[in-house]
Amino acid sequence: MQNTTWIPLFPDQASTFAWQVDALYFYLIAVSVAFTIPIVLAIVFFALKYRETEKYATPEEMHGSMLLETVWSIIPFIISMTIFIGGALVYFNQYTPPEDAMEVYVVGKQWMWKAQHQTGQREINELHVPVGRKVKLTMTTEDVLHDFSIPAFRTKADVVPGRYTYMWFEATKPGKYHLYCAEYCGLNHSGMVGWIYVMEQRDFDNWLSGSVSGQTPVEMGKDLFTNKLGCASCHAGGPAQRGAKLEGIYNNDVKLVGGATVKADEQYIRNSILNPSSQVVEGFQPIMPTFKGQVTEEQLNALVAYIKSLSPNAAASTAAMPATPAANATTPAANKPAAKPAANANK
Amino acid sequence: MNAQTAITEGHADTPKGNYLTNGSTLASWLLTKDHKRIAIMYLISVSVFFMMGGLYAATIRLELLTPASDLVETATYNKVFTQHGILMIFFFLIPSIPAILGNFLLPLMIGAKDLALPRINLISLYIYWLGGGLTLFALMQGGVDTGWTFYTPYSTTFSNSFVMFVGLGIFINGFSSILTGLNFIVTIHTMRAPGMTWFRMPLFVWAHYATSLVMILGTPVVAITVLLLAIERATHVGIFDPSIGGDPILFQHMFWFYSHPAVYIMILPGMGVISELISNFSRKKVFGYEFIAFSSIAIAVFGFLVWGHHMFVSGQSIYAGMVFSFLTMVVAVPSAIKMFNWTATLYKGSISFDTPMLYALGFMGLFLIGGLTGLFLGAIGLTVHLTDTYFVVAHFHYVMVGGQVIAYLGGIHYWWPKMTGRMYSEFWGKISAMLVFVGFNLTFFPQFILGYQGMPRRYAAYPEELQVLNIFSTAGASVLGIGLIMPAIYLTHSLIFGKKAGDNPWMHPGLEWRTSSPPPTENFDVMPVVTWEAYEFGEESGLDLEGAKRRDAASIA
Repeated sequence: MQNTTWIPLFPDQASTFAWQVDALYFYLIAVSVAFTIPIVLAIVFFALKYRETEKYATPEEMHGSMLLETVWSIIPFIISMTIFIGGALVYFNQYTPPEDAMEVYVVGKQWMWKAQHQTGQREINELHVPVGRKVKLTMTTEDVLHDFSIPAFRTKADVVPGRYTYMWFEATKPGKYHLYCAEYCGLNHSGMVGWIYVMEQRDFDNWLSGSVSGQTPVEMGKDLFTNKLGCASCHAGGPAQRGAKLEGIYNNDVKLVGGATVKADEQYIRNSILNPSSQVVEGFQPIMPTFKGQVTEEQLNALVAYIKSLSPNAAASTAAMPATPAANATTPAANKPAAKPAANANK
Repeated sequence: MNAQTAITEGHADTPKGNYLTNGSTLASWLLTKDHKRIAIMYLISVSVFFMMGGLYAATIRLELLTPASDLVETATYNKVFTQHGILMIFFFLIPSIPAILGNFLLPLMIGAKDLALPRINLISLYIYWLGGGLTLFALMQGGVDTGWTFYTPYSTTFSNSFVMFVGLGIFINGFSSILTGLNFIVTIHTMRAPGMTWFRMPLFVWAHYATSLVMILGTPVVAITVLLLAIERATHVGIFDPSIGGDPILFQHMFWFYSHPAVYIMILPGMGVISELISNFSRKKVFGYEFIAFSSIAIAVFGFLVWGHHMFVSGQSIYAGMVFSFLTMVVAVPSAIKMFNWTATLYKGSISFDTPMLYALGFMGLFLIGGLTGLFLGAIGLTVHLTDTYFVVAHFHYVMVGGQVIAYLGGIHYWWPKMTGRMYSEFWGKISAMLVFVGFNLTFFPQFILGYQGMPRRYAAYPEELQVLNIFSTAGASVLGIGLIMPAIYLTHSLIFGKKAGDNPWMHPGLEWRTSSPPPTENFDVMPVVTWEAYEFGEESGLDLEGAKRRDAASIA
């Protein structure tokens, strides 16, 4: 940890893109020094050399120089473009979650972070992740804006009510790192902090098996779907069902009433639960009631996870689940037997 | 002595009436249409807001001396940083240079009797008082804790503070900016003296032209945004709050569409002041005059296209992020051009180090750092790490305080003899300029390092390992505070005890120096006719340099 130095100058480097961000940082420091030193030297030199020798002197007049102006417009432009390109490459990497990442759901609320693993473990203001595994966070909030910030990983992302935002990282060094809320969220904003624990895979497995595991998100979603919320009464039951077919839709295009087509991603599924009449699938009536206010953000996450599990081929991100050790993989979504026949039967 | 010799010799022997002595009743001030008196009233009002904002800043720094939230309650701290931001931005930085120095000098510099719309000018002051008064009322009622950015849905649904009143105050105050900007544009187009062509105008005027464009085009958007926020809070129509069908990101787009250009309202006038100071104290025409003039306009135009760089991590698409990053890099170029041209102006000049020049040189150093760290924040991959941390806090204080406030102080000193007829104390002036420079750097440089550590903004409490740097910062803030209090004292003192300044103490060819100090109500006794280029410091622009030397020799003897 960084407590060893008197004045910490530099945070831990603990993710695969931390070095890229740091490289950009040092490049910009180099650019800054390269600009600052000549300008400051010139100012000091001119100030000394041309200091006033006679009051109200009239130095020789000088107009601008087109050549100089052009040179000192073009050089900063070229340098700024190298900065832009470097920044854009790193940014693209930071905000493009890989397909094969281990997924964790995160819900922010005034003033705590709640996380849930695919295997059901829940954590508050802590997040345990294995070293060397890509981890994707699917995040939302129950109330106001928050921001999930991990300086040691050199990444952060706002968490926005009413939608999902994503971030990902691959930790490279076991340890305990600061987690901050970086978007002002009211009274106890500076108390909305926690720790990221990066563990060796073996320790992580022990942690997973040691901590109490409830239902997985998919199981919880199935329970809500079939029992608690009664979605199944319209959305399951074969050709006669009143609601749109959910098997196999995830990440596929859906035709809407009115002719538009939309990709059934997580945002779409979420929106269809909260505002069902806004994007009705072609061939169905807008009869579904809204579930806004009746489901918590965590229940929504579970429902989305369950509906995703009904599309075993498309759900690339959950396909990585078998990578979890068999002992802990309670019900990897991709292997869910119940979903497969249903999806095939409708083809 | 006739007016013509007063112009050339830079002083008038016969005391005559000036704008300050023309009526001494309260009504003669409150009902004045004289841009100079309005500027003085702005100076007093803006200073009051600056002092209040400064007290809030002191509270912030004292709270952050220790890692725990112990000096004030967390709830109070949240209000303190919010109110520091609101007062400093809307009621100090935005009106500072335009409404005080711009108001006072713009007509003088272009040889006009007054602004084109003197009544509108007075109304803009009243509006500023009304908006400011409402805001102060809200602060006394209990204050506001949303951050100066008013991000939704916190500000519309979750905050129990006086958001509506403060919003109304800012909404009303916006009209003051709009009217001032409108007035400047009309004045520059229609009121220039004979011979005062566009390219003979001082760069201070060019900078104010660019600023006015931003004021007119940008301010209505923040007014609309605040109004929508009020509508949502009052009637629960879903605009920004997703739980009733709104979109919180929409608020950020609208807010920054104004507030980013507003950053240029806060820095362009400062750049205009610096061009004047560097030129005067090198006694040389600004190098690349046209490039500086057009770079102001370029900054004003491009400034409208980069608002999204405040939202790189807020969930906008990565391609939007890249476009905004690209445009941000483009807007850096005109600022770099200004920097190089100012430096080149010093070359082969005759440089003196009076207080305003110390401020100008300080500006160049601080704005350089402020501008370069802007590139750090424009590089999107890096800014994902830096945004919402103290790195951002340090960056914008380098630009806003290191830039605009330093320029404002330099400008106040430089034109003080014109505004009051008295010279400030050069000794105390230099000491305070140096204290401000040292104190400022000690306050804000450590915050860059804190930011790279990841210390988030708006935290009342922070991890213990970050304390040492925070102690540096607070120590620097106390030096900065002393440096800022000193001018208030010695400038006030100079009003009565200061040396008489004479009409043109700097022997500058600008029109504002070719009338008496303080100027008469109608600015010029005879309509000036401009036959010289801007910044011609030689005898050919009609300056009696020999006479000025004799004058100085006589005053020493």
